[in-house]
Amino acid sequence: MNALPSPAAAGNSTGAGRLALQALAVAGLALLAALPWLGADDYLIAVGINILQYGVLATAWALFSGPTRYVSLATVAFFGIGAYTAAVFGETLPWPAVLAAALGVSLVLALIVGLATLRLSGVHFVIFTFGLAELVHQLVNWYEVNVTRTLGRYLFVDISQVQIYWQLLALLVAVLATGWAIRRSRLGLALQVIGDDEVVARHVGIDTTRAKLLLFAISAGFIGLAGAAMAPRWTYIDPAIAFNPVISFQVLIMALLGGANRLFGPLLGVLPVALLFELLSGSFPNHFMILLGLVFMAIVYFIPNGLFGLLERRRQRAGKEGGK
Amino acid sequence: MSAPLLKVTGLTKAFGGLVAVDKLGFEVAPGEVIGLVGPNGSGKTTAMNLISGALRADRGSIRLGDAELVGLRPDRIVRHGVARTFQLVRVLGSLSCADNVAAGLAFHPGGAFGAGARERIDALLARVGLGGREALPAGELTYIDQKRLELARALALAPRLLLLDEWLAGLNPTELREGIALIRSLRDEGLTMILVEHVMEAVHALCNRCVVMNAGVLLADGPTAEVLRNPEVVRAYLGEDVETDDLPPPHLPTGEAPTQLNLDAGGQHA
Ligand SMILES: Nc1ncnc2c1ncn2[C@@H]1O[C@H](COP(=O)(O)OP(=O)(O)OP(=O)(O)O)[C@@H](O)[C@H]1O
Ligand SMILES: [Mg+2]
Repeated sequence: MNALPSPAAAGNSTGAGRLALQALAVAGLALLAALPWLGADDYLIAVGINILQYGVLATAWALFSGPTRYVSLATVAFFGIGAYTAAVFGETLPWPAVLAAALGVSLVLALIVGLATLRLSGVHFVIFTFGLAELVHQLVNWYEVNVTRTLGRYLFVDISQVQIYWQLLALLVAVLATGWAIRRSRLGLALQVIGDDEVVARHVGIDTTRAKLLLFAISAGFIGLAGAAMAPRWTYIDPAIAFNPVISFQVLIMALLGGANRLFGPLLGVLPVALLFELLSGSFPNHFMILLGLVFMAIVYFIPNGLFGLLERRRQRAGKEGGK
Repeated sequence: MSAPLLKVTGLTKAFGGLVAVDKLGFEVAPGEVIGLVGPNGSGKTTAMNLISGALRADRGSIRLGDAELVGLRPDRIVRHGVARTFQLVRVLGSLSCADNVAAGLAFHPGGAFGAGARERIDALLARVGLGGREALPAGELTYIDQKRLELARALALAPRLLLLDEWLAGLNPTELREGIALIRSLRDEGLTMILVEHVMEAVHALCNRCVVMNAGVLLADGPTAEVLRNPEVVRAYLGEDVETDDLPPPHLPTGEAPTQLNLDAGGQHA
């Protein structure tokens, strides 16, 4: 047997089922890519951007947090720094260079945050990543106020909504492909082992800090790129927008709802949570954070393995009954 | 005599005020299988933890061949050729049996990964009696089978030195016989091992030499039969709470040295 990271997934999906899923994914992707040509209006593209953005963020988040079970709340630090890098260089550098810069800055930040936090475990890691994201927010704030003497920045670049949409779609494909490749690699196995028992991981020769750091950085790189891709959409950007901690929580809830242990799991959580948030923030703006917390607790309590896990168990049960 | 494979000198580790391992020193020759015995809490597991790098020594030296292991991380020590099992079994419960062994094969220079590892995984699982369970999640194995799997994972590391911490504890007589035969087959292939054991039958059967610890210090070091008859060793065992499954049956006549009787009884299996 191959060193497949998730025995359950390997055991359940038959070859034919897997092929059908892949065909479905490719067809869906083609449809999504062609959407702007199929007469989608601005509103539909805007909705698409929103969903794709969270799709990238949740999938990238789960790339690291899924296998290692290290729950990171630093998502918005990378997202925000990516967006800010784009805002700073957007009008002076060509766009690909802006993206490269955003990637570089998020990687560096990930190494710093990672080195500071990855020796911690459990709830300490959660709290520390949250704190560090807030620290990055405040540092950028301070820098803008005291050094550049601006608190908001305007970004006027020649990038259309449809181009943002395509960038995010490409990013989603890239993050899924990366996740797919990692799952088949030694690094993927290392992270599964780390997630199961870090002591054992060290005793089979895994340099656990390096493995975690590497994957944390890969995940952060995608998140930073998503931030950069999103920046032109806002036109105006300030630290409070770019580093809004609600984003970290939203991404976390989406990934957990969908199932952080499956490559396509987090995507499954994006749509329902995005809709729910739309509804909650519109109808109960004052109690939004409390409701957010309740939703989070309900998910962790009632569907600990996410929707993907739930579906898988249904299918297993159906399979068993059918096979009697 | 050839140069020792492992040479421990002045090894010391304290937890707060408790000196769990106190200036311990012993050697293991290549191909030798030694028993590391002693009453509960005498520091055997701590010594294993120091050698494998799970704990860092306060003082002393651990040399494996030409390499100094003190101060190295466990993953580095693995690359030097030390593998271990844990007293409280630690399998990767959410991974399949095959992936547990794959984890042992994937991360050292002599290892393998992916399709190239398949044959070795199957062979290792078969060797410990887990053939056919490749796809089963390790968490669903019985306790004994988990111990077998842990051994397969350790063997996958292709160690020069294997540390087994009470690997034979809690086995029924049949399993014990199988377990002893398995370790003997490893010995016959020339694998160097340290067995931390309370099961004296196994120590007699497998170890020519024994190192006895008591309260962190070395109490005796020598040929198994001799060392285990040593009055000081017997007293150490009787003076402390001996693990129940190794206690002589309570109906043994008191006044004699029951532990020694028990120890000798194991000799027949050698
Ligand atoms: N991590 C730790 N922190 C504090 N004390 C410890 C730790 N590990 C072991 N000890 C103490 O060190 C002493 C030696 O423990 P150790 O586990 O090495 O004994 P042992 O010989 O393996 O015993 P047993 O036969 O019961 O397994 C004991 O008193 C134990 O309580
Ligand atoms: Mg012990």
